[in-house]
Amino acid sequence: MSAPTTPAPHPTTHRTMTMVAAINDALDVALGADNTVHIFGEDVGVMGGVFRATDGLQAKYGEARVFDTPLAEAGIVGMGIGMGLAGLKPIAEIQFAGFLYPALDQILSHLGRFRHRTRSRYHLPMVIRAPYGGGVHTPEQHADSPEAILAHTPGVKVVIPSTPTDAKGLLLSAINDPDPVFFFEPIKLYRSTKEDVPVGDYRIPIGKARLVTQGDDVTVICYGGMVEVAQKAAAAAQAAGIGVEVIDLRTLVPMDTDTVLASVAKTGRAVIVTEAPRTAGFHSEIAAVIAEEAIEHLRAPIVRVTGYDAPYPPFTAVEDVYRPNPVRVAKAIRQVMNY
Amino acid sequence: MLQVIAPDGAVIRPDLLPDPATRLHLYRQMRRARHFDERGWVLYRQGRLGVFPPFGGMEASQVGTAAALTKDDWLFPTYRDTGAALTLGLPIARTLAYWRTSPHGWHMPADLKVLPFYIPIATQYPQAVGAALAEQRRGTRNVAMAFIGDGGSSEGDFHEALNFAGALNAPCVFILQNNGWAISVPTRHQTRATDLSRRADGYGIPGVRVDGNDALATYHVTREAVERARSGGGPTLIETVTYRIKPHTVADDPTRYRTDADNAGWDAKDPVTRLRVHLLAEGLMTEASEADLLADIAAEFEAALAEADSYPEPTPAEILDHVFAEPTPQLKKQREEILAEHVAQTQAAQGHKEQA
Ligand SMILES: Cc1ncc(C[n+]2csc(CCOP(=O)(O)OP(=O)(O)O)c2C)c(N)n1
Repeated sequence: MSAPTTPAPHPTTHRTMTMVAAINDALDVALGADNTVHIFGEDVGVMGGVFRATDGLQAKYGEARVFDTPLAEAGIVGMGIGMGLAGLKPIAEIQFAGFLYPALDQILSHLGRFRHRTRSRYHLPMVIRAPYGGGVHTPEQHADSPEAILAHTPGVKVVIPSTPTDAKGLLLSAINDPDPVFFFEPIKLYRSTKEDVPVGDYRIPIGKARLVTQGDDVTVICYGGMVEVAQKAAAAAQAAGIGVEVIDLRTLVPMDTDTVLASVAKTGRAVIVTEAPRTAGFHSEIAAVIAEEAIEHLRAPIVRVTGYDAPYPPFTAVEDVYRPNPVRVAKAIRQVMNY
Repeated sequence: MLQVIAPDGAVIRPDLLPDPATRLHLYRQMRRARHFDERGWVLYRQGRLGVFPPFGGMEASQVGTAAALTKDDWLFPTYRDTGAALTLGLPIARTLAYWRTSPHGWHMPADLKVLPFYIPIATQYPQAVGAALAEQRRGTRNVAMAFIGDGGSSEGDFHEALNFAGALNAPCVFILQNNGWAISVPTRHQTRATDLSRRADGYGIPGVRVDGNDALATYHVTREAVERARSGGGPTLIETVTYRIKPHTVADDPTRYRTDADNAGWDAKDPVTRLRVHLLAEGLMTEASEADLLADIAAEFEAALAEADSYPEPTPAEILDHVFAEPTPQLKKQREEILAEHVAQTQAAQGHKEQA
């Protein structure tokens, strides 16, 4: 199981899917290909997950391989670590990223450092999936974006797709990765779009950003739920004659700095968009990398468009104030253009 | 499992019957809770209430327990414990506001030590131990009561709290509402334990199992536990055995995970009906006096609804309020951003209107 990632096969057929269907499809492929793969978490069995990401998988693969756990996140992650140590491929679901916190001890103390502390004698090929982010009027703590906490944890990878195809391709890469991978799924995008997704074992490498749009004037760096927001802002800017290059990072750890730096070298302007709180977020890391490695190309200060330094508001009437929208991103684009 | 009255209202333990006024009080509170639950569904369908977790059928479990507290005690409720919070005195209007996702639902009355409904599971349990301990250290006789579900009792926090409370002799009353389900997971898949009250044994504290659909029984055991805590006897775990007939939330579809056979028999154990039949049989209530009571409750609810309707919507910059006692420079700057953005958007909207 410590074998290196196998190269992506070339699929020939496609099926139209939402992101959540694509995730379900990826899990199905993984379960079918490798009987060490096990899926577990709260309500993933009979119910098929609160978002239906595991729908039908227990019926197809049995209760031993797709099972409900007791309600305890530390238990879910800790058990997953043990399963991974002993030769299985655990795929855990945390029902909402905001409920990952009880498991942080297992993650920070062990998941991230197991390879290191056993000098690679043991490694953890574990995937933890968690729906994250806002925009759908959920109750308190259901809309958190805690990706920076994980990105700041050595030894774990962090992947966040923004399209159905990416969700499938990246998830299958995550499952086949020898190291632990956090896979955050933007709730807002679960069902909002459909796309032709390759059938079968389709993979997109971890660590490669996606160029969403090309342009010469501004680079907008984003990921997950913010990609569609950035795309809308880019389309508006494009109409006003500003060329915007939207980069979907796809992977925070490892981050594809080459793509980011090459784009900033071309445009000389960078806007970073995330729905996480502003202080000490992953966007700050992106800004730091640009400042360290491409400052000579910058024609304007880097601008961050983010959530705010307050808990994500559970107040439906003003929720949309917190989460960056195309208007705020467009304003940031104008700001770097007019500097 | 302790029962004071049978599902048909017949008295099983005459020695444990509370006085008539208390029985009537419990009935009134159960009716208020049920009214909230029933009207809540309608309001949800009308778009006047957000998604909320129903608790209809669990009134005895919530009302009988919370009724054993006074306003000087602490209540740590989960999202499903609207009935308990109402019983302790949380105003209906505030409760409606909370489930409407209005900040007015987070402002708890100054004369109550009730926390906003906890959304993360089990985190409230250790906190209740701390509150209980603080009361004790400050020399009061006040206690803390915390609620949790059967699912929640799998979390580490639950076990740490029970252990702490026992070790430190905290005046805490832990209510474990075993309603059979954690969303789609039945209790038998949650744990191999079949008597959750016995979890107390592992921590050296008393554990009590009670019929959670019998308000007189839940009230009796909780009063005893509260008394013990007040007088220095330490914590108690009370398992109220009840059932969630309703979906997990008003937006959930239980047909995906549950059959009619699972629900069978529980309607006949309805806690409100049980006490009602008892009160009528004992002559403590007549059909006429009950009708007055229901009219009262309905009027109280509609007045509260009107009050909740009158609460203003939050303003955009309010999302940054109450983060720190004194906003940080960063928050001040972010507030300015929001205000500027809001002004710009309002102006744009007005421009649209004028053009139209
Ligand atoms: C830490 C945490 N994990 C997961 C959830 C998601 N969740 C909300 S309610 C629930 C089931 C709770 O069941 P139980 O404790 O039995 O209480 P009940 O809802 O039945 O009253 C789950 C898993 C959560 N709110 N918090």
